[in-house]
Amino acid sequence: MNFISILTFVLTGAVTAGTPLLFATLGEIITEKVGQLNLGVEGMMLMGAVIGFSAALSTGNPAVGVLAGMIAGGCGALIFAFLTITLRANQIVSGLSLTIFGTGFSSFVGQKMAGQSLPESVRNSFIPVKIPLLGDVPVLGDALFNQNILVYSGYVIAILLAIYLLKTRIGLNLRTVGENPGSADTAGINVSLYKYVHILLGGALCGIGGAYMSLVTVPSWQDGVTGGRGWIAVALVIFVTWNPYKAMLGAYFFGALSILGLYLQSYLPIPQSIFDMLPYLATIIVLIVISLKKSKENRPPKALGEPYFREER
Amino acid sequence: MFRVVKRTDLTKKQSVSFRLIAILGALLTTGIFIWFLGFNPLQIYISMLDGSFGSMYRFKEAIIQTIPLVVTSLGISVAFRMKFWNIGAEGQIIMGAFAASYFALYWSNLPIGVLLPLMFAASVVAGGIWALIPAFFKAQFGTNETLFTLMMNYIAQKLIIYIQYGLWKDPKALGAGKIAMFTDNAALPEVFGIHIGWIITILLVVLMYIFINRTKRGYEIQVIGESENTARYAGMNVKKIILTSMLLSGALCGIVGMFQVSGVNHTLSYQVANGVGFTAIITTWLAGLSAPVIVIVCFLFAVLQQGGTFIQTAFSIHASVAQLVQGMILFFVLGSEFFIQYKLVLNNKADSIIKKEAV
Amino acid sequence: MNNEVYIKIENLTKTFGPVIANNNICLEVNKGEIHAILGENGSGKSTLMNMLSGIYTPDSGVIYIKGKHVSLKTPKDSMSMGIGMIHQHFKLVEVLTAKENIIAGQKGSFFVGSKKLSEKIRKISEKFGLTIDPDKKIYNMSVGEKQTVEIVKVIYRGAEILILDEPTAVLTPQETESLFNILRKMKQAGSSIIIITHKLNEVMEISDRITVLRKGETIATVNKEDTNATELTNLMVGRAVDLSINRIEKKNNEIILNVENLTVVDDEKVKALDNISFKLATGEILGVAGVAGSGQKELCEAIAGLYPITSGKIEYKEENIVGKNPRDIIKMGISMSFIPEDRLGMGLVASMGMVDNMLLKEYQNQKGIFIEKKAAKDLSNKLIKKLEISTPGVYHPVRQLSGGNIQKVLLGREIESNPHLLITAYPVRGLDINSSYTIYDLLNEQKEKGVGILYIGEDLDVLIELCDRILVICNGKITGIAQATKVNKEQLGLMMAGEDMTTVMGVGA
Repeated sequence: MNFISILTFVLTGAVTAGTPLLFATLGEIITEKVGQLNLGVEGMMLMGAVIGFSAALSTGNPAVGVLAGMIAGGCGALIFAFLTITLRANQIVSGLSLTIFGTGFSSFVGQKMAGQSLPESVRNSFIPVKIPLLGDVPVLGDALFNQNILVYSGYVIAILLAIYLLKTRIGLNLRTVGENPGSADTAGINVSLYKYVHILLGGALCGIGGAYMSLVTVPSWQDGVTGGRGWIAVALVIFVTWNPYKAMLGAYFFGALSILGLYLQSYLPIPQSIFDMLPYLATIIVLIVISLKKSKENRPPKALGEPYFREER
Repeated sequence: MFRVVKRTDLTKKQSVSFRLIAILGALLTTGIFIWFLGFNPLQIYISMLDGSFGSMYRFKEAIIQTIPLVVTSLGISVAFRMKFWNIGAEGQIIMGAFAASYFALYWSNLPIGVLLPLMFAASVVAGGIWALIPAFFKAQFGTNETLFTLMMNYIAQKLIIYIQYGLWKDPKALGAGKIAMFTDNAALPEVFGIHIGWIITILLVVLMYIFINRTKRGYEIQVIGESENTARYAGMNVKKIILTSMLLSGALCGIVGMFQVSGVNHTLSYQVANGVGFTAIITTWLAGLSAPVIVIVCFLFAVLQQGGTFIQTAFSIHASVAQLVQGMILFFVLGSEFFIQYKLVLNNKADSIIKKEAV
Repeated sequence: MNNEVYIKIENLTKTFGPVIANNNICLEVNKGEIHAILGENGSGKSTLMNMLSGIYTPDSGVIYIKGKHVSLKTPKDSMSMGIGMIHQHFKLVEVLTAKENIIAGQKGSFFVGSKKLSEKIRKISEKFGLTIDPDKKIYNMSVGEKQTVEIVKVIYRGAEILILDEPTAVLTPQETESLFNILRKMKQAGSSIIIITHKLNEVMEISDRITVLRKGETIATVNKEDTNATELTNLMVGRAVDLSINRIEKKNNEIILNVENLTVVDDEKVKALDNISFKLATGEILGVAGVAGSGQKELCEAIAGLYPITSGKIEYKEENIVGKNPRDIIKMGISMSFIPEDRLGMGLVASMGMVDNMLLKEYQNQKGIFIEKKAAKDLSNKLIKKLEISTPGVYHPVRQLSGGNIQKVLLGREIESNPHLLITAYPVRGLDINSSYTIYDLLNEQKEKGVGILYIGEDLDVLIELCDRILVICNGKITGIAQATKVNKEQLGLMMAGEDMTTVMGVGA
């Protein structure tokens, strides 16, 4: 293989492997932008993965699978939203509980499907489709525009989300809620409603991310299929400074790290499990780097993780 | 309409009963879920109890499951008191187990009286260091400890996978990736049929209670958890306290690793922590970080877990049902905090006047 | 004068648990009127206004706006009735621009990038003589500019009734004057304005009518022409009070604290203190005046060893304490108490009781690894008696005490440690008049004992009456150190805004 084909191979793999991370990262961005720190990403992904898989398995319909994954992720988020907004529970602990619950839920529901594979009809729906013209560009064309439909949806959702957050009136209201809920409240913005809606939306995106893992990446059921990607997504949100455009770069970079091992293994005498550490190590390095530099812009939403009750005194 | 009013009049008894009601609610909800799956929830709950209390052997098994939960919870409670969200107990247990196993496997000719203390010390150091790394970055640069400690779990696990299938693979196990069984002088002795870890555990619980409530350092940890600014203002060396406390937190988790390899499994595998690090987060939180309460909560959770394993064989329901119940309990107890702090009052006065006028 | 009634409130009541914050309040505000609500802290002014702006729901009582009976359940309800509230702590999002803050929550085009919006905002502001840059980020603005944004915000949202909660607390006298001019213009345009304050001179200057609240009840509504400051005070406090503060003559003049060329930089590499020098003698109260955030906090923390020092020296009893750790500084007899806005941020542990809070500074002197709580318990009981602290018990979380009691606990502990140098910032923040005077007496008591006191305050009248000298700080620089007897508020105001003392008071002052 020459250099170009290696590069194409790695980039293509990076985008494919980075897509579930992208969905989860986008989901957590929108959740955090509205001021809620949901550490249940891993749990919501697993819920999306298992329900998405079981729906696709029983109906043979890939769209139903993805949709079911979304709904499952949204349901997980609903528990979190109800606990932290309506019942004013601690966000960190509620998020952790959601992850623990989601993990248990997915192993429990998934036990009967262990090792089962998806029908052809589903798997064929996720084979790469080349986009004319764009797909013919060397290297990047193959990596970006010869992909499956969910990868393309990832691009679209990321861009739409960026526009939504930064350019629209609702996005402005949403950011106001996350920065200063008291200010939003006096401006007539329904703080709880905004929080609920966007937490659910975020959960649905995490659900798609999970469904991608069980439907596309590993088209058979595997316990704990997400393998900590939910947590990496939480770290990525900080790394990409809550910006959906940068989220694409971040997610694909981590995608590259996770497949690098597969490729280099045949060249270097390093065992697979050491390569498997790379994304986690990289996350730690990212965490350290972002804690070292602090800028005035690009900060977390000011009211992130803080509860808001109008009548508290 | 209702409005929310802060409670000021709740007695301790009432708040405990609120939590008990929450646990019942969780069991009920899971019960409905089980019922939907076509099982009789009552029968399943009873069998789960049977799994722990049905025989002396099963009861001992439940105690053996309680031990790692209690010690890990003690470790986590130290961190949580400082609002240091250490969710890396899993990794700290693994590293403790790893260090203890090194001596068990490669210094197995030492007499038991030397080898066991050596293994114990090694697990303390290894668990402590694994917690100290994120603590250092937290104290120095404010690096997010939640994610850092979590990533350390995965790294520890991958490391042991590598060792299990590579470096330390037992050649006698033929193709399988397995590490050799320990010799007898690396096994914790038993007292009343349970490895001696239970006595150490009781000792640790008492020491922890005294540490938090009666010592200066315990007081400092509590102040830091409330407000780092106040701690600095009072002249505390916040960094040093965070580092030493995390060392303690990790060391306790490391001990768990030693208990598991030396007292239970008699070998090392990457699954040695088996989710204890995560379950202990729940038990610690539910126990309100209090050492004596931790013992009770952990025992209940061990019963749940033991019950889960038991019904897996009896009803062919996956053991993860236990995890499901645990998650549900956590949700309900978290939710019940609201009713402990606030009460709903019928907003009739203002509303009724308005309605009257509208008519 | 137009006598159309804009707001009519009848028998409004609001309770928080066992506390009755408002009890059968009645109030009438006319069109084109500036109506002052006067009352001490804790008299229920803010609660009342929060009910008008839809933040709190009343337990009982009725509100009429322009003769119509309304139920204000949310801020949105209130806004749609034309009520706009400007809170004491601005409700602005720092990372957004003025424009974005103004249009948040409003209806309009789906995308928000258009230039038309900026134009519209400019036009509205010019109508009232307000100047504002719609595209400037809030974090780049001064306090005065932020307040202007708040005012434009409520006008943009169609407010005809403006409520201002302690609007002058953070302004210099000059900024206050320009705010009052704006308010007069709005009044002429037919708006009603409610201004909440406890500053009598401002009430007399700006308002048409005054309603006095005390302990959650309406005491009286009076016309400005028919009253005077003394009468208002008596109404407010409920009995005749003497408003003068004793200034004890200072006796000895040994220098206890000598700060020379002190410079510190904050997280953003901005100089929070810029080359400041001053001396403080034993038995002296040195006041520090300045707009909020001018470097007061950094000064306190630098002396207490909590803030890294870039250059300069701090000499305490002729020993340089730069680089010493907070623990050693406490042991040397320097005590610092800083009352932040939330009162609990530094100095006290909110969830602990008095006993554990007494231990905070003392436990390190205990020997061994165990902690002994007996002495702290005795001290708690002693303070409860001496300072009349009302608490259910020595183990009751201090968070649940009232503001005045919390401050007594903090200051009491600091004074009990027998310091030689007492640094106290905003010790009367949020206290009623009686409690404030208790605190002034405590400080004077310490002064008489020969303690050097650095007093960081907000109220210029108090600074002038209590202190021996007043140091004025602006953007981390000292603009002057004046004899309290030789300076007036206007001069201090100019210095707070950055003018040098020599230009303000003439050479040789």
